[in-house]
Amino acid sequence: MNSIAVHADSVRASLGNVEILHGISLSIQAGRWTSIVGPNGAGKSTLLKVLAGLLPHTGTVTLLGQPMASLPGRLRAQRMAWLGQNESSADDLTVFDVAMLGRLPHQPWLAAPSTADHVAVEQALKATQAWDWRARSLGQLSGGERQRVLLARALAVQAQVLLMDEPLANLDPPHQADWLDIVRALVDKGTTVVSVLHEVTMALQADAVVVMAGGQVQHHGPSHHPDTHSAVEQVFDERISIHSVDDQWVVLPRLRMHGSAVATVSFL
Amino acid sequence: MNHPRVNFLGLGLLILAVVLTLLGASVGSTGFDNLLRAADDPVALQIVWDIRLPRTLGAWLAGALLGLAGAVAQGLFRNPLADPFLLGSASGASLGVALSLVLFGVSPFATQWLTRLGLTGGAFAGAVLGVLLTLLLAKGVQHTLRLLLAGVIVGVVLGAAKELIMLARPDFLQSMQAFMLGSTGYVGWNACLIMLLAWLVCMAAAWALSPVLDGLALGEATAASLGLPLARLRAALVAVLALATGTAVAQTGLIAFVGLAAPHLVRSVVKTSHGRLIVLSSLMGGALLMAADILARWVLAPLELPVGILTAVLGGSYLLWLMHRRVTAGGML
Repeated sequence: MNSIAVHADSVRASLGNVEILHGISLSIQAGRWTSIVGPNGAGKSTLLKVLAGLLPHTGTVTLLGQPMASLPGRLRAQRMAWLGQNESSADDLTVFDVAMLGRLPHQPWLAAPSTADHVAVEQALKATQAWDWRARSLGQLSGGERQRVLLARALAVQAQVLLMDEPLANLDPPHQADWLDIVRALVDKGTTVVSVLHEVTMALQADAVVVMAGGQVQHHGPSHHPDTHSAVEQVFDERISIHSVDDQWVVLPRLRMHGSAVATVSFL
Repeated sequence: MNHPRVNFLGLGLLILAVVLTLLGASVGSTGFDNLLRAADDPVALQIVWDIRLPRTLGAWLAGALLGLAGAVAQGLFRNPLADPFLLGSASGASLGVALSLVLFGVSPFATQWLTRLGLTGGAFAGAVLGVLLTLLLAKGVQHTLRLLLAGVIVGVVLGAAKELIMLARPDFLQSMQAFMLGSTGYVGWNACLIMLLAWLVCMAAAWALSPVLDGLALGEATAASLGLPLARLRAALVAVLALATGTAVAQTGLIAFVGLAAPHLVRSVVKTSHGRLIVLSSLMGGALLMAADILARWVLAPLELPVGILTAVLGGSYLLWLMHRRVTAGGML
């Protein structure tokens, strides 16, 4: 098995005329969970899209040892699943139909879903506790429920690599914990998971953390390592601090001095 | 998964189409005639066979094409208010027909085979041109507001070009007016055959392409991540949209709102994937236009209302109600 699932070499990408990623080189270990963190505008989502082959870029990206550019779209889709943020307008589709879309890369064109497709969809919907709503339309669900269905769609692909952009959006704490269990189970089975997360506490649950700022990778290391924690605190302008609580890393806000807070409020 | 509501609605619309066909064959300028009595009268039988039946079935086919196009347009542009006519295809088709009229000097409602084929070709080419211009102006289909604005601009510009042609050739003004108001009055068996062929092609293509619409509903990036070759598939969907709209417009003129209303009516009954939505919208569009056509013949008999006026009034009212319902529900259009 290739120990590197995704590799980026001197990747540059722009949105419009603005260059967002400035020559990023990065190797994502296979069979591990890697989180990407950084302040707003750091280029996290752009990097994830580049790694997924969804955004034009210069430099090279390889997926499981093969250059992404030379992979047929269908093969790439079988090997790598994607969960984006705030993209769905599929209110009329049923939960089951949405999850079944994850099986598209495995289905011959115009073929009816196979037994394996049905099994994969059922497993995915049960994993995200969405199976009971399978006949309901997406438009009838709350934001958090919808997010679980979209996660099920990504899980149904049964890809070796799973990329997720803000997968915890709209999820309440119990379902965030469920999400962690799902990711851990996937990684235990050998799946590579890469996630962009705003919640740094959740991101530090990963095996490795990529710390980004200004369109560049500032640090890439194990989530428990002090250097990683320093890099995270640094890119957030030392406005957060990382502490150990019950063998888990917890991020707390570092409040300004009282005087400067008063000055900020009076300025507002 | 089973879809009992989908099957039930589909069956209901098919039964409605059969009932309306019988009703349409029975309604003429003299009002309602008993079909069984017409079987004994050769003249009445000829009227039913040569005039009422083709126009009734033609109304269904034109409505089915517009319903299909509406469902494809709303899925493709990810906008529930997208209508095949709002995206420049209708004004393009009108320009195409106007050019055909002037170049070939034929009536828009001629029944000759070659003439109809030529008009369909002109309307089709015009519809494709209209939609492509809209896409070009909007720089793709991602930004719906820009897209609809581009559609309006293309509609105005191509409409102006058509008006210019009509000003230069006022002798075709009456023919063009009949076309603009929309009518099934001159649909013969040849037109039915052309529309049936187009409907079969469009339905098969739209069904085959419907997973793309489902994927697009989840977002551009998600659809691309599923390995779908979006650019090629989008072009194919635009071709389906143009063929369906262009064929319907060429045979029956501009019949408003059927394409917009049919998918919404289906959605108000069932929530389903685009493949099934397209089939049901097509059946719904067929039933709608067939019913409107019968009404247009019946209301002022022996006079006849252009069916396009009727669908515009009814469809416009429906659109207003839709807007009202969404605003009062706190939603955005």
